[in-house]
Amino acid sequence: MSKKPVEKKEPETTGHEWDGIQEFNNPLPRWWVWVFYLTIIWGLWYSIAYPAWPLIKGATAGYLGYSTRAEVAAEIDRFTAMNGELEAQLASADLNTLEQGSDLHNYAIQSGRATFATFCSQCHGSGAAGNVGYPNLLDNDWLWGGTLEDIQLTLRHGIRSEDDEDTRYSEMPAFGEDYLSDEEIAQVVAYSMSLSPVTKPDADMALVADGATVFADNCTACHMEDGTGDRTQGAPNLTDAIWLYGDTKEAITETVSNGPFGVMPAWSGKLTESQINAVSAYVHQLGGGE
Amino acid sequence: MSDAPEQLYAAREPIFPKRVKGVFRSLKWWIMGIALGIYYLTPWIRWDRGPNLPDQAVLVDMANRRFYFFWIEIWPHEFYFIAGLLIMAGLGLFLFTSAAGRVWCGYACPQTVWTDLFILVERWVEGDRNARLRLHRQDWNGEKIRKRLIKFTLWIMIAVATGGAWVFYFADAPTLLVDLVTGNAHPLAYSTVLVLTLTTFFFGGIAREQICIYACPWPRIQAAMMDEDTITIAYRDWRGEPRGKGKARDDLGDCIDCNACVNVCPMGIDIRDGQQMECITCGLCIDACDEMMDKVGKPRGLIDYLALKDEAYERAGNEKIPVLKHLLRPRTILYVSLWTLVGVALTVALFVRPKVDVTVRPVRNPTYVTLSDGAIRNTYDVGVRNRHGEEWPYYFSLAEDSDMSLVLEGSDKLVLVAPPDTEAKQRVYVIAPPGSDAARTDRTDLRLWVVDGVTGDRTYQETVFNGRGR
Repeated sequence: MSKKPVEKKEPETTGHEWDGIQEFNNPLPRWWVWVFYLTIIWGLWYSIAYPAWPLIKGATAGYLGYSTRAEVAAEIDRFTAMNGELEAQLASADLNTLEQGSDLHNYAIQSGRATFATFCSQCHGSGAAGNVGYPNLLDNDWLWGGTLEDIQLTLRHGIRSEDDEDTRYSEMPAFGEDYLSDEEIAQVVAYSMSLSPVTKPDADMALVADGATVFADNCTACHMEDGTGDRTQGAPNLTDAIWLYGDTKEAITETVSNGPFGVMPAWSGKLTESQINAVSAYVHQLGGGE
Repeated sequence: MSDAPEQLYAAREPIFPKRVKGVFRSLKWWIMGIALGIYYLTPWIRWDRGPNLPDQAVLVDMANRRFYFFWIEIWPHEFYFIAGLLIMAGLGLFLFTSAAGRVWCGYACPQTVWTDLFILVERWVEGDRNARLRLHRQDWNGEKIRKRLIKFTLWIMIAVATGGAWVFYFADAPTLLVDLVTGNAHPLAYSTVLVLTLTTFFFGGIAREQICIYACPWPRIQAAMMDEDTITIAYRDWRGEPRGKGKARDDLGDCIDCNACVNVCPMGIDIRDGQQMECITCGLCIDACDEMMDKVGKPRGLIDYLALKDEAYERAGNEKIPVLKHLLRPRTILYVSLWTLVGVALTVALFVRPKVDVTVRPVRNPTYVTLSDGAIRNTYDVGVRNRHGEEWPYYFSLAEDSDMSLVLEGSDKLVLVAPPDTEAKQRVYVIAPPGSDAARTDRTDLRLWVVDGVTGDRTYQETVFNGRGR
């Protein structure tokens, strides 16, 4: 018979003792400490291989020459190269024959969206809804025409743009300065407001009737006899619901008195041909293209 | 100050688990067979989904962001199903842990399953515990080199198959197998196989119990979920002690100190020291001890599945509390209820998924556009998810009594032909005629109907129409 008492061993301690509290020694596995040393070695290697140590100007470059900036640049180059063919096609594309849903069409719209956001949104708004004095590009009302060709032409040469010889130009006189009396202006404003479906016509029918005469004498050369305007000279249609400078009596009086002079820059030379095509295609499909 | 300890770091003690037979060992074999079978074979099950869609039953298509599971297809926006499954997995682990301790670790954890498989191979090549111990201690010679070489080769083959099987879940398995063999597969596939081969080999062959003891966080969390009713493995020392060898047992307990329980333990512990951190409750020591108890004609269960509560209870001379009494308690019932609740919710969500899946997003920049005749137009970005493997027509309409009209950008029809297996995007304009209620009101509720052009299934999305407000 061999009777073996179960040994109750006192647990080993690390030798640390504070106020009678001892720390048990539960040894870590040896491989753990090797892994720890390896991380130190790896850390040292990393700080040599990659940019790490700060210096007065910049940091050590690291012998691998790695740079996130260079990586981004390479990535951009890669995408530029990838899009190179589409970009070239777009520059010489006939926008009217772009097939809806084709790669080139999608590329034109996306590229146009980005270009618009960068160069056009300052005036026309990020959603292309315009503002007072800056046309809304979403509606179906166009001052200078809303076909792809019209939009392209406007983009290339701008409107009343001083630095482009081929820019489209027209100027509404400031009728308040020399041409019309305040009374006549009130009359013609009342008449104009009677033309549009969204402005409330003046209750004074005599004022409107007098306004018709003033209109016939002064405005029909550009806005036409029926007030529907003339796109060849950028004269707005006064019979529609859209008032670029506001549809209140005050706003219209201001317009007639002082004459608006909206300027759009010419983008030819500033944007590439493919960008101009892209923005044209993008604006055309916003909901108002003709 | 006491004396400084000799070692702050301990070398790993090699463990040579002895072969054992018994109930729990058989259960573990079965679970291993089923688990490995599922893992290796699942990617090869075919499932016909029609043209242009993959015919692999279980496929995680990362490139196209699709997850296929037999008849279920999950798109990225339905990721909540995965989240739900993870919640169920979590609750399931809570349930099993509070009921039966580290039962996951002992039976179902991949680390356990693969280690078991690797030990099985080791035993085939090098023999059982004593032979392996001898081999371990002997100097390098032809026999040792040969056996180690065979063992490592077999391990590597298993490891390659493990890493290999993993990538088959992410691409068409037969195609990928051919590509892998002919060297045409994506570098990512090779690197994944390589990494998983190395980790499988290292975790299952070399590191083994070290992973459970030092690397895995789950055992630490589990301790917080166990209570005095949780079933764990324990040694009935009130019956076994004092332990001792020999025929004359007048002064001795039932433990014959044969060390069978220690020899079979894959974690290298002595369960007679009490429940301890390393124990994964695999039950092999129970099998080993029961076999011994049968041989010496003592009752089984010297080492047994026991709850903490049982000890005091049995020491007081009572019979063992039936397992069912431990299992049924508020905590486990709560976990089961929550688990079921999430499960039922997910199943319901799966079956009430709309047949025509549409999203409508009103464009708010600007909220409305005035057209030249004074009509008010709103714009909506509509997405229609075509889950079919071919082009599919979807018709758009408004409520029949609506005075508003509908226009699809770039089209003069009210039909969108969605490309196969895509969420097709379409900009849709809704126009309220001049002076109409909707044009003059701030906001009007709007219902956009979409009809599946083939099946006729229809659905609508509620949205709003913004007018001028005057």
